[in-house]
Amino acid sequence: MIRAILFALVALVSLQARAATDPQRVVSPGGIEAWLIEDHKVPVLSLRWSFLGGWALDPAGKEGLVEFACTLMDEGAGDLDSQTFQKKLADANIAFGISPERDRLSGSLKVLTQSRDLGVELAALALTKPRFDEDAVERMRAATLSNIQAELAKPGWIAGRALAEAIYGNHPYAHPQRGTLASVKTITGADMKAFMSQRLARDTLMVAVAGDIDAKTLGPLLDKLFGGLPATSPKVDIADVQLPTQGKTIVVERPIPQTIVVSATQGVRRSDPQWYAASLMNYVLGGGSFNSRLMEEIRDKRGLTYGVSSGLASYEHAASLQASGATKNQTAQQFVDLLKEEFKKMADRGVTQKELDEAKAYQTGSLPLSMTSTDKIAALLLQLRQDNLGIDYLKKRNAMINAVTLAEVNAVAKKLLDPAKLTVVMVGKPTQ
Amino acid sequence: MKRRFGALLAGVSLFAATAASAKVFEPTSFTLKNGLRVVVVENHLAPVVTQMVWYKCGAADEAPGKSGIAHFLEHLMFKGTKTVPPGELSKIVGRNGGTDNAFTAWDYTAYYQTIAADRLEMVMKLESDRMSNLVLTDPVVLPERDVIVEERRQRIDTNPQAQLAEAVNAELFANHHYGIPIIGWRQEMMQLTRQDAVDWYKKWYRPANAVLVIAGDVTPAAVRTLAEKYYGNIPAGQPQLRNNRPQEPELPGERRVVLRDAQVRQPSLVREIQAPSYASDGKEHAYALQVLADLLGGGSTSRLYRSLVVEQKLATAVSADYTPESLDRFAFALSAQPAQGVAIDKLEAALDAELAKLVKEGATAEEISDSKKRLVDSAILARDGVTGGAYAFGLALTTGQTVEDVEAWPDRIAKVEKPMVDAATILVLTKNANVTGWLLPPEGLTAVSDSTPVAPSQSEGPAGAIR
Repeated sequence: MIRAILFALVALVSLQARAATDPQRVVSPGGIEAWLIEDHKVPVLSLRWSFLGGWALDPAGKEGLVEFACTLMDEGAGDLDSQTFQKKLADANIAFGISPERDRLSGSLKVLTQSRDLGVELAALALTKPRFDEDAVERMRAATLSNIQAELAKPGWIAGRALAEAIYGNHPYAHPQRGTLASVKTITGADMKAFMSQRLARDTLMVAVAGDIDAKTLGPLLDKLFGGLPATSPKVDIADVQLPTQGKTIVVERPIPQTIVVSATQGVRRSDPQWYAASLMNYVLGGGSFNSRLMEEIRDKRGLTYGVSSGLASYEHAASLQASGATKNQTAQQFVDLLKEEFKKMADRGVTQKELDEAKAYQTGSLPLSMTSTDKIAALLLQLRQDNLGIDYLKKRNAMINAVTLAEVNAVAKKLLDPAKLTVVMVGKPTQ
Repeated sequence: MKRRFGALLAGVSLFAATAASAKVFEPTSFTLKNGLRVVVVENHLAPVVTQMVWYKCGAADEAPGKSGIAHFLEHLMFKGTKTVPPGELSKIVGRNGGTDNAFTAWDYTAYYQTIAADRLEMVMKLESDRMSNLVLTDPVVLPERDVIVEERRQRIDTNPQAQLAEAVNAELFANHHYGIPIIGWRQEMMQLTRQDAVDWYKKWYRPANAVLVIAGDVTPAAVRTLAEKYYGNIPAGQPQLRNNRPQEPELPGERRVVLRDAQVRQPSLVREIQAPSYASDGKEHAYALQVLADLLGGGSTSRLYRSLVVEQKLATAVSADYTPESLDRFAFALSAQPAQGVAIDKLEAALDAELAKLVKEGATAEEISDSKKRLVDSAILARDGVTGGAYAFGLALTTGQTVEDVEAWPDRIAKVEKPMVDAATILVLTKNANVTGWLLPPEGLTAVSDSTPVAPSQSEGPAGAIR
């Protein structure tokens, strides 16, 4: 539950270049570009794509519109009503969906080769002619309202909400992705249709593909899938936001035996030259799973938590460093104190050369682990495109990580890890 | 359960989607002289390998009063050996670009690393070392006991849905240890000692009681050489029998758990029904039950979704889950979430009516053939990844199945016919012991507002000033 707000963009790392993992650039006859890693060992094809503009675009009073609209994208299209559409997907084991991120709409299609043409046909229909039938809209509205109500019982969700409001203030990133019980009731099928027809356009489209297809076959498939979309979309106009420079602690009392702690401070953008140094620093602090300082100090030595971790999040308009964990109410204050102590220790004294070397070894050695299935590979390629990294990035990555110096890591630690700037949220019944 | 963040693996029916398939994994298997079973699944999608060691012991093998010891030992397996200091195994794996973790269920405990294929020898050396050389001292054991108690707080004690599941499960199994939570009862967990852990380790952690699965960019010949080198010299130990577990009596009556929780705003309903497994009495129903679960609650075109969500609009979500991979009879589970304003008893009545209709009329031939096709095809998808095969064989070989059973899964699903589905339907939906659970908001709470869902009770600065 805590992990939900922590998803650090886990460092993509480099691997020994292998011909089989060199992406190809494929441009369709209609001009749509995709990056492809071809692999025919399993008769499966995975596509990932995204459009600019996500749930941060929810209009005031209609928070949750984008998420709601995404739930309707596989609920009927063209001449096919919801049940007919869903049955065609299910019977052929076709996984298709559009999901909302804060800055993007992200699409995926995974098919067995035997169902490839049907999958493309259904996905194209959904992208260009989604129905938003009243019956489906009301059914998904009911599901959304249930889901919002269910989240109200989850301390991790409550903590995430309070933190987002505290660090983003009036920025569009502050509102709940699913909206509120009140706002979801005001959203109409027409609102959702209007949003999708504006955002689903070829000018911001990025596509990545992996699996059982060659470049020659992929070209026309891309045109079938995306060729029917409009050429352009309106510009996304969202301001950048800095996290608060004055830390504070917020307590949300809940009658539970454990306190959930989440916290955040300003981070660095993926495009920032300090990104690699920050990413290595974060690995040592709390990104390195069992091998981080936070886990060692708070879990291994003291037994105060099941898990504590930190992560870097970089979005289009904000960047944060977050740390979180959970401990019994009686030790909640101690947990926060230890967290801040580790921040301060690393800011003041930095990391050791040995810690840096281990972080580099992990980050340079683990890339193959994110390439073990076609959907993982497609997701990785799409991430590279969204981050504006070149198609040859996977070959250069090792050298970029290894070039980071101890001084650079310690400089970024000093810059980011100021406990006085940390916003902390505690959900539970913390006692002194 | 996972040593760290991750889904509770116990009794979750995640196997159908990632199951084996007809001669698809095409594994190589052999047994070392000391009894260690080895399965190799070649998969060359990426230069990566997964090593898993599965032990044939789990929470259902614990002695009365010692609940949680199987899971506790799982945590303690990371605390070092005669030659590897505490915590060092994960560090070594990490600085070689790998990840590692472990999980415990009622019937098994498993450990794994995923890492670049050229590091396989290194992780085999480490994993084989802790099969016989674990060193436990109070300074590492006692803080870890606090960690598992925190884990319980995080997974169960702050999660009303999980508390309901625990209570329903305890009702469903009045005598079998499947009724005791994998993580343990808190008061018993807090009393577990270093000696308990050592005893458990000595009894169960032996080659003759373990399965080694290596999946990924490897060859069977290379694995055999390494397995013999690192695991081959470990003394066999005694294979432990697990056919003497307390079994369930026939208990008449309808059982029910109602949990009202101050945190809850969205009610939900679960029904857990005892059902045969691949290895228990009634195993002949295991394949038909998978087809039944799919046509009843698998996705938006299933019977329950169409009736309760689409047509009657009483629910916003439904599911049917069945877990065939267990040593003894386990469960067929249904769940539903009422739409706003729908009373939970009304939803339950509609669910019962739908189940009664299915019992009376049986599933249609078309429903059955569509489900079978979906399930059989899904086996191809299981090959798209490195860990799927390793998981399938480890699970099978620790829950009474064979390598051949895994490979034959699509064929056996394909052979399910309507009379088998009808028989399975009658078995689980009319005769079996079952428990219904309701999760409800506090009494008297009628309207829910989230206009200020997280209004902090206190908000103060500057940093550090809490209360």
